[in-house]
Amino acid sequence: MNIVIPIKLVPDVVEELEINDDGNDLERDYVSYKVNEFCDHALEEALQLKEAHGGAVTVLALERDETEKALFTALAKGADRAIKITGVDEDANSHTAATAMCEVLADVEYDVVMTGVQAADDRDGQLGVRMASMLGIPHVSAVSDISVAGDVLTVHKEYAGGVMAKFEVTPKVVLGVQSARQTPRYAPVSRVRQIMKESGGLDEKESDASNDDGGAVVRRMYLPEKGKGAQMIEGDADEVAAKIAELLNAKRS
Amino acid sequence: MSNDILVVAEHLKGAISDVTFELLGKGRELATATGGSLHIALLSSGLSSDGLGAADKVIRVDHDRLGEFNPEAYIVALAAVVEQSSPRLTLIANTSMGMDLAAALSVRQNIPFVAYALDVSIDGDSVVATSQLYGGKVYAESVIAGDAGIVSVLAGSFPADAGRKEGAPSEESLDAPEAIGDGRVVFKGLVEPEGGDVDITQHESLVAIGRGIQSEDNLPLVEALAKALGGAVCSSRPIVDSKWLPKTRQVGKSGLKVKPKIYLALGISGAPEHIEGMKDAELIIAVNSDETAPIFEHAHYGTTEDFFDIVPALTAKLS
Repeated sequence: MNIVIPIKLVPDVVEELEINDDGNDLERDYVSYKVNEFCDHALEEALQLKEAHGGAVTVLALERDETEKALFTALAKGADRAIKITGVDEDANSHTAATAMCEVLADVEYDVVMTGVQAADDRDGQLGVRMASMLGIPHVSAVSDISVAGDVLTVHKEYAGGVMAKFEVTPKVVLGVQSARQTPRYAPVSRVRQIMKESGGLDEKESDASNDDGGAVVRRMYLPEKGKGAQMIEGDADEVAAKIAELLNAKRS
Repeated sequence: MSNDILVVAEHLKGAISDVTFELLGKGRELATATGGSLHIALLSSGLSSDGLGAADKVIRVDHDRLGEFNPEAYIVALAAVVEQSSPRLTLIANTSMGMDLAAALSVRQNIPFVAYALDVSIDGDSVVATSQLYGGKVYAESVIAGDAGIVSVLAGSFPADAGRKEGAPSEESLDAPEAIGDGRVVFKGLVEPEGGDVDITQHESLVAIGRGIQSEDNLPLVEALAKALGGAVCSSRPIVDSKWLPKTRQVGKSGLKVKPKIYLALGISGAPEHIEGMKDAELIIAVNSDETAPIFEHAHYGTTEDFFDIVPALTAKLS
């Protein structure tokens, strides 16, 4: 079973995010990118399936500052092929990303596409669902516990309250992965460096996907008002703990 | 195109989900603003429309493959409803099910789509949707200027009571499109969560932990605090994914919804998926070293003091 993982690199939300002068996007100059954590789960699950059932795992990512590192890391973890997609703007939305990813898929053999279920920046829809619809193949979002028997995959789709729906799907299909069966593996830096040296570089594909606003334009982007929410407790740790204890005791009594 | 608002009903095990009523309440407000009607798409296998009285009309599609949610069959049925009724705006819940419908409908019907919305309004001729992005740290107002749009709304954004109204509205039944009948996605049944562990929905006090507690080795510190408080330990998703706690302790979108008296959030950033499950707690106190963490917008009290300094001190004071 051949699996493709379109990896989304998203702004690292642990860093402070700033809004641009036009007030309609992040200030991209200050953004540091990281692999969307759900994509990491998708990759882990794909590698598990490959180890159990064979097949090849191909990872794709649009060019960003961190793309090479992300793709070499995926190779170090066990992916077979990595393709860097160039020519797409840094602020590309899911419309544009899905178009660019689907273009590349025209030349890649695959049975299953596994994306992260969602990403911090997919304001105009989740990448995987968009891709599936463009490719004209079925999709199931929010899946975990993927198993394979013959040509059929069994997946669990998560609902609220811990209830799950069990589906059998026959490729080709796009799966939006919620969580892998185990914590995504770690690739030591030394191994990533070794792959960088030995691989002779990444495959590259130039995309001619132009930026598509999808008909829904951001007119204002802003950070939530500070101080609107919690009253911050002042003092050193012991004073803060005392105040919290007081609040809790008042509520408990 | 029309001025009508279409809400897509979500149901599980024969019961309409709360979020559907939230959308109906908001949908009524929007329909008043556009001067259109409020319709609800009910895709099912004979589910009654009782209780959907807030809508002006139910547009139903019935088929065996629509009994429980099936992404492949539902999108075919929903596309048929939208083609037939041409709503100005389609409202879908930003849930596990809605995620499989909204973006797919957008591509199939070439309709603009805004996801993760907390609010929707009509501004002149446009639909304006406010989304919560980047883990809840940034808000974006999007304008859908054309004559059709889709917005997926985060559960819990609007009061459900506004959309609850006795009775059944008038019904229009569409023939199930033939394409529903054959497919490669087959629903095989529901899997209920395993019981046996602590039921966090029954506790008045919860100590909730997130990635900020850093290591499984720190769990005993938290357990001790929960014991001193007379409560239970719950968590955000990453803790469960790392298998530090069982799935039964997960609060949020794909976990449980809790409404305790006390919710003490330790090292939880406050992603929208988590907030959805706990924002109705009576007293929320957040401990997080990142002062920009969205949890502070939802908490009543907060501190950026270090978890390792606060937790033992607090445990001692409560014991």
